[in-house]
Amino acid sequence: MSDPVVVGPHPHVAHEVHHEELGFWRKYVFSTDHKVIGIQYAVTGLLFLLFGFSLMMLMRWQLAYPGAPLPLLGRLLGDTRMPGGTMLPEFYNELGAMHGTIMVFLGVVPLAVGGFGNFVLPLQIGAPDMAFPRINMMSYWCLFLGGVTMLGSFFVPGGAAQSGWTSYSPLADIAGTGQTIWLIGMIFLITSSLLGSINFITTTIQLRAKGLTFMRFPIFVWAQFVTSFLLLLAFPPLEAAGVMQLMDRVAGTSFFLPSGLVVSGQPLTNAGGGNPLLWQHLFWFLAHPEVYVLILPGLGIVAEIVANNTRKPLWGYRSIVYSLIFLGFMSFIVWAHHMFMTGMGTAMAAFFQTTTMIISIPSVVILTALILSLWGGSIRFNTPMLFAVGFLPMFGIGGLTGLPLGLNISDIPLHDTYYVIGHFHYVVAPGTIFAMMAGIYYWYPKATGRKMNELLGKIHFAGSLVCMNVIFMPMFFIGLAGVSRRLFDGGAAYAFAQPVAHLNVVSSWGAWILALFQLPFIFNFFWSIKNGEPVGENPWQATTIEWSAPSPPPHGNFVGAPEAYRGPYEYSVPGAAKDFMPQFEA
Amino acid sequence: MTSDHAVEAVADHHAADIDRHVRIYITVFVALMVLTIVTVAVSRFHLPVPIAVSVALLVAIIKGSLVACYFMHLISEKRLIYAVLTLTVIFFAVLLALPVLSYHDGFWMR
Amino acid sequence: MGIPYTVTTRRDTGLNNGKIGIWLFLASEVMLFGALFASYILIRTGAQTWPRGDTVLNVPLATVNTIVLISSSVTMVMAWASLMRHRFETFRIYMGITILCGLAFLVIKFFEYSHHFEEGLYPRSDNFHAIYFTLTGLHGLHVIFGMAVNAWLWGPGSKLWKTNPVWFTNRVENSGLFWHFVDLVWIFLFPTLYLL
Repeated sequence: MSDPVVVGPHPHVAHEVHHEELGFWRKYVFSTDHKVIGIQYAVTGLLFLLFGFSLMMLMRWQLAYPGAPLPLLGRLLGDTRMPGGTMLPEFYNELGAMHGTIMVFLGVVPLAVGGFGNFVLPLQIGAPDMAFPRINMMSYWCLFLGGVTMLGSFFVPGGAAQSGWTSYSPLADIAGTGQTIWLIGMIFLITSSLLGSINFITTTIQLRAKGLTFMRFPIFVWAQFVTSFLLLLAFPPLEAAGVMQLMDRVAGTSFFLPSGLVVSGQPLTNAGGGNPLLWQHLFWFLAHPEVYVLILPGLGIVAEIVANNTRKPLWGYRSIVYSLIFLGFMSFIVWAHHMFMTGMGTAMAAFFQTTTMIISIPSVVILTALILSLWGGSIRFNTPMLFAVGFLPMFGIGGLTGLPLGLNISDIPLHDTYYVIGHFHYVVAPGTIFAMMAGIYYWYPKATGRKMNELLGKIHFAGSLVCMNVIFMPMFFIGLAGVSRRLFDGGAAYAFAQPVAHLNVVSSWGAWILALFQLPFIFNFFWSIKNGEPVGENPWQATTIEWSAPSPPPHGNFVGAPEAYRGPYEYSVPGAAKDFMPQFEA
Repeated sequence: MTSDHAVEAVADHHAADIDRHVRIYITVFVALMVLTIVTVAVSRFHLPVPIAVSVALLVAIIKGSLVACYFMHLISEKRLIYAVLTLTVIFFAVLLALPVLSYHDGFWMR
Repeated sequence: MGIPYTVTTRRDTGLNNGKIGIWLFLASEVMLFGALFASYILIRTGAQTWPRGDTVLNVPLATVNTIVLISSSVTMVMAWASLMRHRFETFRIYMGITILCGLAFLVIKFFEYSHHFEEGLYPRSDNFHAIYFTLTGLHGLHVIFGMAVNAWLWGPGSKLWKTNPVWFTNRVENSGLFWHFVDLVWIFLFPTLYLL
């Protein structure tokens, strides 16, 4: 059953009397409309995800076939990076550092927070736009500048940053010019997130529709709300650290440089007396909440789609909300579990281990609630739902494999091995990225007025699910064998790595085939703009407020101010005429 | 039509209210000046570091509180702002304390 | 387009959007300076030796700066109070003094920095100077930014007073909150760096 299709010009939004027709640049480029900005963020994020993935596919050649020349592409990359088509260690490190940086800060966050947050949040709370539309526009262009800066860093002498996405001092302090550019890029990106978070929080509190109390918020809104607080309060210390590392590099200070450092046989001439651990503390103070920034919007998206496609209210709405809040709070006091191996004493190690174990509880509560929500549902296995349901066990594996890392004893043999890489990729790749995909297939009709093709979507899902597991499952075994991360030959030089060396080949082929399975998605994304099945306001028969706006919504979003009359997931209410009672219908 | 044409009278503050506020501002200004002189004067005694730090911090906290409460009107602010600031202060304290505690906890092992 | 509660207050929160926005921003600034203070603590407690502030820095000059900044905080809030009393010209006087005080602060800082450079003391000289220049430098940047906003409100931005006095008053209040925060940071910076 589909909604009647609205064709022709949209009914004029009642309270908008005059707005001058904006020129092309003000309407599509320097727009202050949250929907345009959201799409800008989303497209930018997707492009960077593709680019970051490409960097990794290049690395996977070196990991599968260490020292082997790469046909065709190897020559193109030139002699400073791949002489004779074989990868230099420096280039491998460049790829690794930039893969991480790009995926986290230019891919996932812009897509999950900037893209989905900007596009959906105002619609879902019944607002005409964000509280500060011009600041919203500025925050996108800050991101854009940050992205240009990061990309530009590949072209400076010595190449882009090579000290990991974590940029540990003292290595990052003495590294090539690319690191300086990285730091400048990070300042742009951090500013973008700070501006965005101020907007999200103010908008959610002030611009929600009449009747939309906090406990009637869709879970997506709660997730973005908590995420915004994480960004607001955790990013500034990294900004400060970035400034200090810049000063170490450019002004000759020794914030993070200890005394007596010798580089390539030459003692450094700086004053010394600095502390590399200071960088780690400030970095991880952000970077731990950052990983919750990476997952929370995805959890919110999955919650929406699960409720919608089980035709049932979510199980444990309140427990999910309290868990999100508790998780957000705890995320600020666990960070040094990334630093167990830095000589920390038993007291502080015990503290951080304890808080880390405690933080696993709300995650489990949320995951359990989402799984229990499936029980007894009339499940519709459309593409968004496939990705959402696929997310659940993948996030489960990611979360469970994190436990030995959070306990400092078991972290000792696992720290900085491929086990860690396997753990966090399960959470972000078949975790967050699946949630992103689910969200794209789900809200694409709202943004464009057309559905994406289901068959292509199912192929995209099936191939991605299998390939993700093929890539990342072997990494746990490689790590358990003792192979460190960031080795440019994937451990080939070590005898203890030989029994697991073949697994690198498996992972690499998984990655290259995964790329092939993204092609149906990319094609679908563009093809459906003109050729997808046209839809009306509520193609998914959903309950949340964004589905009362036209598809796509006009400037100002709604025909008349929406009002919330009930909770967000009133599906299959006994005695009701249809199997859902939208939040926005009286 | 923009929604902010509402000529909302500055409802919280009438003329007498402002006069009262201005008197408070002057009083706070004088207090801040006195405390500034106090903190500089005390520093001349070159007290042992722990005591010097405690006194300096105490005076700074008092001065800061005066600025926050009266110049920034925090004393009569809304609950939402208090909630945000409480959260901030907690994390600020965590950021100040935990790195140095971690560093010195392990110190004997190195 | 009309964004609700840009000027009027929302009943259940008692706030307008700008007020919330500026406090959220200030919360992030607390964390920014907090990180630098945390760095100061870690570096100082881990250092073999650390000079007492008054042996390296000019306390009298900084005391003057403290007085200047606190005074500018008073004139800032008086500027807002003048608007609340609908005295636009008085607002301009107080706001003007606030900006001039900011300028005075920067000039004094300029002299301080110049003196250090003449003595051959730069951020790279030792960690005391590194953290001193970084903390006061970042603070100085905030002074400049606050002055720029205040100057705009004193000048071209003040046109808004004629068409929407409440909105303009709120903008001045929010700028004032930022300015008071800058003063607040200095209130902690001054004893930390100069007196201890």
